[in-house]
Amino acid sequence: MTSPLQQKIRITGPSVVTANRTSDGVVIWRTGSKGWSTDLTEAAVVRTAEAARELLAEASNDDLGAIGPYIAPVEIKDDGKVMPGNLRERIRVKGITIELPLPA
Amino acid sequence: MYAYDELDRTLLHERVSEFRDQVKRRLSGELTEDEFKMLRLQNGVYLQLHAYMFRVAIPYGTLSSQQLRALAKVARRYDRGYGHFTTRQNIQYNWIKLSELPDALADLAEVGIHAMQTSGNNTRNVTSDQWAGVAPGEVDDPRIWSELLRQYTTLHPEFSFLPRKFKIAITASAHDRAAIKIHDIGLRLHKNEAGELGFEVLVGGGLGRTPFIAKTIKQFVHRRDILSYVEAIMRVYNQYGRRDNIYKARIKILVHELGIDKFAGEVEEEWRHIRDSALAVEDAAIDEIRARFTYPTYEKQPHMPDELKQAAHDPLFERWRRNSVFTHKVQGYSIVTISLKPVGAPPGDATADQMDVLADIAERYSFGEIRVGHEQNLALPHVAKRDLPALWKALDRIGLATPNVNLVSDIIACPGLDYCALANARSIPIAQELTRRFANHDTADLIGRLHINISGCINACGHHHVGHIGILGVEKNGEEFYQITIGGRADEQAEMGTLIGPAVPYAEVADVVEDIVEAYLALRDSGEELFVDTVKRLGVEPFRERVYATR
Amino acid sequence: MPLVKGGHIANDIFFHVADGAELPDDGAVLVSAARFLESSETLLRREGKIGVIWPNNRGLDDLVPHLDRLALVALVFPSFRDGRAYTQARLLRERHGFVGELRATGQVLRDQFVFMLRAGFDAFDVRKQSDAEAFGEAARRYSVFYQPTGDGHLSALHRRNESHASESAKP
Repeated sequence: MTSPLQQKIRITGPSVVTANRTSDGVVIWRTGSKGWSTDLTEAAVVRTAEAARELLAEASNDDLGAIGPYIAPVEIKDDGKVMPGNLRERIRVKGITIELPLPA
Repeated sequence: MYAYDELDRTLLHERVSEFRDQVKRRLSGELTEDEFKMLRLQNGVYLQLHAYMFRVAIPYGTLSSQQLRALAKVARRYDRGYGHFTTRQNIQYNWIKLSELPDALADLAEVGIHAMQTSGNNTRNVTSDQWAGVAPGEVDDPRIWSELLRQYTTLHPEFSFLPRKFKIAITASAHDRAAIKIHDIGLRLHKNEAGELGFEVLVGGGLGRTPFIAKTIKQFVHRRDILSYVEAIMRVYNQYGRRDNIYKARIKILVHELGIDKFAGEVEEEWRHIRDSALAVEDAAIDEIRARFTYPTYEKQPHMPDELKQAAHDPLFERWRRNSVFTHKVQGYSIVTISLKPVGAPPGDATADQMDVLADIAERYSFGEIRVGHEQNLALPHVAKRDLPALWKALDRIGLATPNVNLVSDIIACPGLDYCALANARSIPIAQELTRRFANHDTADLIGRLHINISGCINACGHHHVGHIGILGVEKNGEEFYQITIGGRADEQAEMGTLIGPAVPYAEVADVVEDIVEAYLALRDSGEELFVDTVKRLGVEPFRERVYATR
Repeated sequence: MPLVKGGHIANDIFFHVADGAELPDDGAVLVSAARFLESSETLLRREGKIGVIWPNNRGLDDLVPHLDRLALVALVFPSFRDGRAYTQARLLRERHGFVGELRATGQVLRDQFVFMLRAGFDAFDVRKQSDAEAFGEAARRYSVFYQPTGDGHLSALHRRNESHASESAKP
């Protein structure tokens, strides 16, 4: 596995580091205080490749707490609200786009 | 039904306890994710977008009512109250917690169900014809041989770290319902000129990024030699399969790069050494396995009971019967396919409540046995014809009597971007929209047999290459686009579909499919000519002209 | 890296001689395949046991003629995901009758012990101390095996047949 420190990182806009929680797989984001949150609005937002690389490297040290951390794009709304930056991330935030099967 | 004996039970409990220990070590930090990943994959645990996904094997697609209830219980207790039946006779749960997985496995082990090797680079669940043992004209019950291979491949000390995953499917019918030509090894039971039972062995089939139809490597392998021959194939693959590039690691690439004759030569040379080893399958061993399968005691039943004559006056019942009821090898009985494709619902999903009621229904009408097929539907294999009207009503009450089996809305679809970490585009909403477009059963009947297969990425879990109409999700500049192929098929005449035109955006997929179907209705030479035959006769061009003329 | 041999943590009597380094006058040595093939006559004339590290991407043809004079063959798992050495181990034991020490080296972890034992390995360069200490427990985890291999365990199929035969032999 290539260490995050060796990966070439390019970002096209504001980004966050996200992963899944080891014990239950829940979607989490890296916060600015070296922790994880299940709330995207608490995520640390980075704007340069260098900052993204650092955040990812720091998050990747927590092999016990999180699986597969990666950099994901976000969109910052005019009111400063952080929103997921693509369809995949929207689905990870909001859940599946279909209704779950209803009990018979 | 195969009933586990003490040895099967012991091994399964040993496996559950091993996995419990592995999970414990992961959660305590003793195992890194890199180390644990392979271990969880060997037991069917993936990480998807929202949570862990847990894939449970239903070997050769056979379930007892008791087992189906256990699957329902896992859905209710550890997941969100439903499960998803896949194209390889597995069921998947989408929201499982790693910390609870060992308990779920222990619950399943109580009824002889496991998740061993439902993912990872090892031999996967051995699949077979969902009509095995009841289809007219079979040379033998392929499940006996599937079980032999299930045991042989389970925790194999030499082949648990192959270059890539390895899938085996077995059929014993002239009409292939197990899609053996798109498997790493496909086995067709048949008899040689001397009347001896054995196998035609095919190798190197598969879909994904580089699709290949399997080639026959040996026309006849005697049943006694089947394990040694399979071991020879796997040993050649384990040594020479590519490990430098994950996309070139399947056996199909090795077969393609060496050529089937050279590959066959390597296998033959290896086989020579092991043919007369402890792998030789004595008939007594097969009898032992066969004896652990229970078969119903069928009653003498009329071909056309009064209940059926009376029910024939109900057009709704008749529509369902014509669509979902198939010929059984025993007079007075039928095989009933249960569509898991209701209009507007995700293909292949069933709720825990549906599973529980279906388990009861199977006990009442099908000797407590349920089957799972690669089309993501279920089947009841032993229904007395006189019970068909009552069965239909019972199924209808739980929303499982949609009369669309083999029709345009009987869609195969992978979970797609709604669930899957690999997907580029969504599959389920496309399927749902198509079922709404073709919700009219009269129209669907008029169109006739037509399989639509949808995959959300090139890995092809939705078997798009072999759909009569295949739909493949791709990503273009952050948007979902779909490539559409026509003319594929997965049966004994297996073929890859041909691209009909440029990819279209999400919102246009259903329109394009409707136009393809319109074109077919205009181009077919009679109401009898199936979609796939019209494409075969005319090629893709007339379809392309009609569908893309205005786009 | 602890060595497990005969089921227990043991001292490694083999001195690993790097390519190009000078051979000690006596004692057991472990050399690479390249060095062994280059100077097999010299090596085999020497006092002391010889072991060879055989890579997992090389056929066994060049090794087989020397097997009866080798005390140790070390097979390599460059990654725990790479299973080629399982095949090599079975071939060495079951086809070529190698009776010396068969050692698993590289990424050798607890969860592979059972597979390795079944394939014919009897010595293990274990990566983690905790895994080496757990060897006995891991090796005893399974009592039922579905496949016949050269490790002596009967497969489930054969056990069923035997119990069947003994039952029908009862008066």
